[in-house]
Order: sequence, then C-alpha cells, then structure tokens
Amino acid sequence: MSSADASPAVPLFEATGLSKTFGVVEVLKDINLTVRAGEVHAIIGENGAGKSTLMKIIAGNQPPTRGEMKIDGETVTFSGPVDAEHRGIVLVHQEILLAPDLTVAQNIYLGRELHKGVFIDDRAMNEGAAKAVRGLGSDIDPNTIVSRLSIAQRQLVQIARVLLVPHRIVIFDEPTASLTPHETEALLKVIRQIRAKGVGVLYISHRLPEVKEIADRVTVLRDGKLVASHDTSELQPADMARLMVGRDVAKLYPDRHAAAVRETVLEVEHLNVPGYAQDASFQLRKGEILGFAGLVGAGRTELMEGMVGLRPSRGAVRHLGKPVNFRDVHASLKAGIVYLSEDRKGKGLLLTKDLIVNLTLASLGKFAGALQIDRKRESAALDKAIRDFDIRTGRKDILAGQLSGGNQQKLLLAKMMLLDPSIVIIDEPTRGIDIGNKEQIYKFIASLAEEGRSIIVVSSEMPELIGICDRILVMRSGRIVGEVTGDHMNENEIVVLATGVTKGEAA
Amino acid sequence: MANVATETAKAPKTSKDWDMAAVAPFIALALLLVLGYFANPNFMTTANLLNVVTRSSFIAVIALGATYVITSGGLDLSVGAMLAFVASLMILFLNSGTIADPSLALAAGMALAIAIGAACGLANGLVTTIGRIEPFIATLGTMGIYRGLTTWLSQGGAITVRDRDIMTLYRPFYSGSVVGVPVPIIVIFVTATIAAFVLYRTRYGRHVTAVGSNEDVARYSGISINRVRTVTYVIQGLCVAVAVLLYVPRLGSTSATTGSFWELQAITAVVVGGTALRGGVGRIWGTICGAFILEIVGNIMLLSNFVSEYLIGAIQGAIIIIAMLVQRSLMRK
Repeated sequence: MSSADASPAVPLFEATGLSKTFGVVEVLKDINLTVRAGEVHAIIGENGAGKSTLMKIIAGNQPPTRGEMKIDGETVTFSGPVDAEHRGIVLVHQEILLAPDLTVAQNIYLGRELHKGVFIDDRAMNEGAAKAVRGLGSDIDPNTIVSRLSIAQRQLVQIARVLLVPHRIVIFDEPTASLTPHETEALLKVIRQIRAKGVGVLYISHRLPEVKEIADRVTVLRDGKLVASHDTSELQPADMARLMVGRDVAKLYPDRHAAAVRETVLEVEHLNVPGYAQDASFQLRKGEILGFAGLVGAGRTELMEGMVGLRPSRGAVRHLGKPVNFRDVHASLKAGIVYLSEDRKGKGLLLTKDLIVNLTLASLGKFAGALQIDRKRESAALDKAIRDFDIRTGRKDILAGQLSGGNQQKLLLAKMMLLDPSIVIIDEPTRGIDIGNKEQIYKFIASLAEEGRSIIVVSSEMPELIGICDRILVMRSGRIVGEVTGDHMNENEIVVLATGVTKGEAA
Repeated sequence: MANVATETAKAPKTSKDWDMAAVAPFIALALLLVLGYFANPNFMTTANLLNVVTRSSFIAVIALGATYVITSGGLDLSVGAMLAFVASLMILFLNSGTIADPSLALAAGMALAIAIGAACGLANGLVTTIGRIEPFIATLGTMGIYRGLTTWLSQGGAITVRDRDIMTLYRPFYSGSVVGVPVPIIVIFVTATIAAFVLYRTRYGRHVTAVGSNEDVARYSGISINRVRTVTYVIQGLCVAVAVLLYVPRLGSTSATTGSFWELQAITAVVVGGTALRGGVGRIWGTICGAFILEIVGNIMLLSNFVSEYLIGAIQGAIIIIAMLVQRSLMRK
C-alpha cells in the first residue's frame, strides 16, 4: 500500500490500521503511526486508552489482530520480543525488571553473558557495563548489587541493558512514573542523547509538561482510537489534556457543595509506621473527603495501612474521641473503618473466585446463620450490589478476574460497603480504570460523603484529588509536609510540597 | 493496564471449566473399575470391593484433613509419623491399667487419642504460623520428632494391646459392620460429609479457601490468616486421631514403621482428587475418590499378574505426577 511518492523519505517505522481485540473487547482500533529517525514521538492518553497495548504490539510482545507494520518500508511481523529486538526495536519497561541480588553488570548482561571458552568473562562485562552506564551520564559502579540502588538508578541500569542491543527504535513506557523532577530531568537528557544518534524514540506518558518538553510529535489515544497526531509545537499541555479526555475536564468530577464544618471523627497524632511514615498527625471530619497527595514511595499507602492494623505502627489514633489501637484489620473493620487497597488484583479481590464469594468475604458474619452461610441472602446481596454500583457483568457466575478494571473496583467498593463503614479509605481509586467508570467512582465517593461518611482518598493523580477533595494533605519522604485547601488546591502548590523543589529549581 | 483485565477474561475459567477438573477423578475411578473387571473376575465382587474401600479408610480419613491443610495453602508431612505416635500412646494408656473397667478404659483411651491428635496438629500449626517456618520444613521436623518418639517408646520393637477384654471389645470398630456396611466405610462417609459441610457451607470453610487463594486479599478483608491456618492443622490432627481409632483395633499393635509413607499417600489422594496443591481450591469428595483410586490400583496389581505388587510404591509415585500433569492441562484450557 505504501506509495513511494507520498513522502520523500521512507519513515523508519510505519504502522497502518493496527487493531487489537481481546475476546469481544476492542482495545485498539485502526491506529496509524510513523516514527522517523532522530525524533521523539510521544504517545499520550488516559489509563486504558490503549497506549501500553500499542507498545506491546510494536515491541513484538503481542501480535496485532489486524494491520501491518513496516520497517524501512518493508513489511514485518514479529514472532516475539526477541524477534523485534533483532529488527532493532527495543522496549524499556515501566516496571523495573532486574534481578535484585545480582550486580549491575550481571543484570546488564543477563541472558547474553560474555564468555571466554566455558568461563564467564566478568572483566569484559564489567567494562562493557561501566561504559554503557557512563554513556548515560552516570557513574554507577558495575559491581554494585542492584538492590542497593535507588529506583532512578535501577531504571538507568534497565535502560543501559536495553540499549546494549543494536537499536533503531527505543520505546519508553511511562519511564518517569516513579521519578522525582530532578531524576526526570536527567532521564530526558538521556533521551535527547539517544535521539541525537538518529534513533527513533517512542515516548509514552501522561505527564504533559514533560511531553511538551521532550517530544517532537504527539499522538493522542482515547478509548483505543487515535484522536489526533500533531507536531508538539502546535499543542499546549492544556490542549493535550482536552484531546486525551475528550471533553471538558472539569465535568469529570461531581459538584460538591461546601459541607458545613462538622465534628471530627478521626484524630491521628504522631503516628509512626517504622520505615515508611514518621510523625503523621491529621484530623478527619464527618462527611469530609480528605486527599493524600505525594510521589510514589512517599509513604501514603503505608501510613494508611499502619493506621488500620495492616502494618505495625506507633502513635495515637482517636476514633470518635476514643483512643484506639487496631492490631489487625478485623479490629478496624469492626470499628467501621475500611481500607481499599491500591492493589485491587493482588490484595482486594480473589480473581479466581466468583463475584458472590468476593462480595461477602469481609462481611460473612452477616450472611452466616448458626451454622451455615445463607446462599440466598448472598445472592440477593450480589443483585443489590450490581444495581447500586452499576457493576457491568453479563452473567453473575463469572469470576472476579473476568471483570474489567472499573467493574472490579466497583465490586471492591460494594464488598467494603457491605460493612456499612463510617470511614472509607480508598487508595488509588481509579488506577487502570477507563474514563466512564472513573466518573462513576467519583460520584460514588461524593455520595458516600453526602451520606455522612468520611472519606480519605490516596492518589497520585493530582487532578483527581483536586477534583473531588475538600482538603489535601501532601506527603514527602514519609512525612506530612503541608495541607492545601480552597484556592490553593492546584497542581503547582501540590508539586512544590510533594517534591520539596520549586518549579524553577526543577527545571 | 486495562488490557490485563481483558487478557485474563480471554482465558475463561468459568464454573464449567472447573467442573471438568472436579469430574476428572471420578472418571479415572470409573475407568479403573472397568480395568479391574477385565483384569480379574474376582475384582468386581462385593466382598472384594468392600474390602478395598475398608482398607482405604486410613488414608481417606487422613487425606480429608490434608485437604483442609492444602486448601489453605499449607502442607503436612508429619501425618504418618503422627499416626504411629498417637496410636502408640493410646495403646500404652490402654496397657497402663489406669482404669480397670475395660469399656471405660477404652472410651478414655479413645478420648485421649483424639486429644493428642489435636495437640499434635496444634503444634504443627503454631510452628508454621506463629513460628513462621515454611510448612514443608516445619512438618518435616515434627515428622522426625513424632517418628523418633514412637521408636523410643517402642524401643525399636512393637507396642501391642495386652488386655484381651479390651481388644475383644474394640475389634468390631474395624472389622464389624452395620447392616452389611463395614464400620470403616461408614466412618469415611460420615467424616467426609462433615468435612464437606464445613468446607463448603460455613464461614470457616470459606475463609480456608480464601486464605489459600490469596493470603493478602484475606488479610485485607479482616480474616486472621494464622488462626485459619492453625485450625486446619488441628483438623488434620483430629483426622489422624480418627484414623488411629480405626487402626488400633485392626492389629492391636504399632511399631516404629507404622504409617510409613502415609503422608505421601494422603497428599497423593488429595492431589488426585483435584485439590490444587498451591491452595485455594479444595475438593472433599475428590479426595475420597483419590484414596479409593490408590487402593484400587494396589488391589488390581495384586489380583492381576501384569505387574509385581512390589512396585506399588512406584506406581503410586507415578500417579501423583500424572495427576499434577492432568490438573495443569485442565487449568490451561
């Protein structure tokens, strides 16, 4: 289909009509994409927009359902990631995939060790690793055990490992998700170096200012479709946001009328969660939505887990004026405090069990008679949960793992609401959830507060916190470093508190 | 992120697929019966089949407890040694003459066996949960302890019930029958019915499955993991004690080798029955079926002349591997 006269130079990489379906769900639809040599092409979109799937297809991890890919104008199909690597396409994963007990050099050469005869050539590998790491502007000793490195350093090692393969296209999948502004800046520098060598870079992110800074072109995905593709110079971050969300962003959040100041239901004083949070003090009022902002690793999750008895903690917690010390979750649930984990699949739901088992797991006492569980009441409870929380499922006997992310979150919410809690702590309420479900979850959160329950929302999505919270506390390195309310609830002020660096310093 | 969910949806593990895994052991049992029928005309007689099922009762009852332990994500290697230890203590008590009246002595001896079984199970449970030692290692250790104590108690020989009155009174517990059904078979079905009710219909049973399915989810749902797991070991101990109550009247004697390799047979019965070794799925009736399969295989080998009966252990070892392979292939679908 390629017509040589359309563009003077054949692009390095070209994809046409890429589609991917899982079962009946179409997660990617007719995506066209080109990458030229020596450019950074950013792919942006909300969680669930299909960015990661697109990258997995390009990197050979998954075959497309339809569509074709060309390198230098030649049609290619990949049998797997190794095949794609041979063609010069390499992927830097979002998660750190390194063996923590091996050294930097051992990790960089893992699976492709250099050897002299039957012996491993450690010296050559150390030299190669040192060179690779230096090339990225770092001086990490190749003999260091990886578990001693910081997250940013590990990421650098991971990049060095990937770049060891002869490469023409490098894909970065949300590389800055867990980096501080300073570290991000260093990474962007590395990416510029790679670009300068004539390599094509695909850069996935939803941090728009960063995209504006690094990318030459931007392609926006929404619900699996390509909605726009522009030169970066033509777009401002605000335009990108509008394209990503597909509507006025403000509408996403429910209207909340300022609640009258009501009584305090929870007082936390000098709470320490050893190793994670120090000296945390805050108060939560009835009917309030309190946000916890901060970078990944700031100790927000651990603080909440310490408070509800999931981790050891020291300090004073008063619930309704009475001092409490929850030794396990059972105790905090009994007191009417529920915690919904950020790790829905790992800690929230039994993915291989059906919906009923999941729904009633935390509140089985309400469904058990003298001896046995009343299955009819369980079934009725599921019907009610499906109605109340709009859980979209064709059948009621499917497994929790078969629900979409959004419906899993609704099921988890329904499970915890069966306990009729007075305090609801939700960690990353909309992680991995599509926009429609997001809006519904915000509505549920708002209506729970209207009912007089108190809500704590822990989130890394600042717009979300600003959109639904009455107040936001910001944590940094295990400490609560500030509170923003009213007009001060904006991304700038939160970022300054969360990083301890003002915008000017970061740049 | 969203595609992760849809990917798991792509590999449907609906109730129908699980049914296949649940039915498989019963199909295997039926095939074995057909095989036995052709191998030897004496196989399909009521007398032979009742005998086979009766003989499977020790492993069947022990394996019920193992089903609980394994479903909750644990493992108990000590059951064979525990049986020998509990039986030895029970016989020593009966021989001690503490209670003169034979029926009272027997009742007290049985109660003692139950109590010791529960205590041994509790010890296993506490070592693994409070002591936080891998169940494999913890019960390997207690296996050595129970076995060693038995050897010491018996001084390397046998421990035998000396009182004839007690033995006369006790023997029907194994060899007797009610309306034509041998007592051990009744015991199998009564204990299995109770075990199935508790596992499938009660809060505790649901908690056992949840803990084995995903410990974190259970913990975040306010379930005390340690309590649930410890109790499964106590249940295992109680099941061993019930097996002791059937074992002692059979021969009236124990030795240092009593119950050797029974842990292997019990685990095999559980796995053959379709319970997942990694926990989270427990099948009580599958376990019973698995215990029958093991005994029938032995019986067929004995009745036919194809294979030497000295190879029974090897065949049982092969069965557990085949069962795991079948389980995995059913999972993948």
